[in-house]
Amino acid sequence: MTTPRIRVPSSVKAGEAFEIRTLIDHPMETGLRHQTGQAVARRMITRFEAQADGEVLFTADLRNGTSANPYIGFFARLVRTTTITFLWREEDGREYRATQRVTVT
Amino acid sequence: MTRSAAAPALDRRSLLGVALALVAVPAARASDGLPPDVEAAIREQVGAAAATEGGIMLRAPETAENGAFVPVTVNVHSAMAGDDRCRAIYLFATRNPTPGIASYRFGAGIARAEVSVRLRLAEGQTILAFAEMADGSVRRSAARVAVSTGGCLT
Repeated sequence: MTTPRIRVPSSVKAGEAFEIRTLIDHPMETGLRHQTGQAVARRMITRFEAQADGEVLFTADLRNGTSANPYIGFFARLVRTTTITFLWREEDGREYRATQRVTVT
Repeated sequence: MTRSAAAPALDRRSLLGVALALVAVPAARASDGLPPDVEAAIREQVGAAAATEGGIMLRAPETAENGAFVPVTVNVHSAMAGDDRCRAIYLFATRNPTPGIASYRFGAGIARAEVSVRLRLAEGQTILAFAEMADGSVRRSAARVAVSTGGCLT
């Protein structure tokens, strides 16, 4: 299954840095790998985006070279209560999403 | 007593170190001595700007047991404000089938110029991190990672 898992604090102090940790269960098959003599079909997430109330916060363009079940961690800061949305897109267009509301105190 | 005698010498030495560090930042070309496909990938993604060493830290294990999961953190010294903003971080593998690993771009709400990821490395190799700053300057750091079991083809 392709299940996003995100770790974001549900409440933060205004302007203070906090860590966002994201992971999605995904094989990240490059198409270069062989199993019992046959190439395993390529299946790759090539784009990750995090948006804060619709504004781009962080993006990643992934080529080959990212591990299976890709983990991405980064640091954000917010000035007001915000909904952060996460999107992982496979190169054939399939998308997976997660959202987290972060209350600013 | 010996301590007070030694202290000024230490001060001079550390001052000299700081001065050297400030003067001797080499303007290394992004492509120094790299395989052509790695050079091409860097040029395509980062551009042709000369990269300087310093102000960027690439943390990776010296030895990775499993090349399929190699934890890497890139940290760029940046206030994340004004001209001292890091716009993007790029990672390259010098001995993977695909040299370009990923590009990470920072929007306005990012608090630190830092990203942590896990890489897949085919074999022991040097990995390269580039940081693109808002003033157009480019920084570079390299780390050598030994890999016990390759991660790409197994």
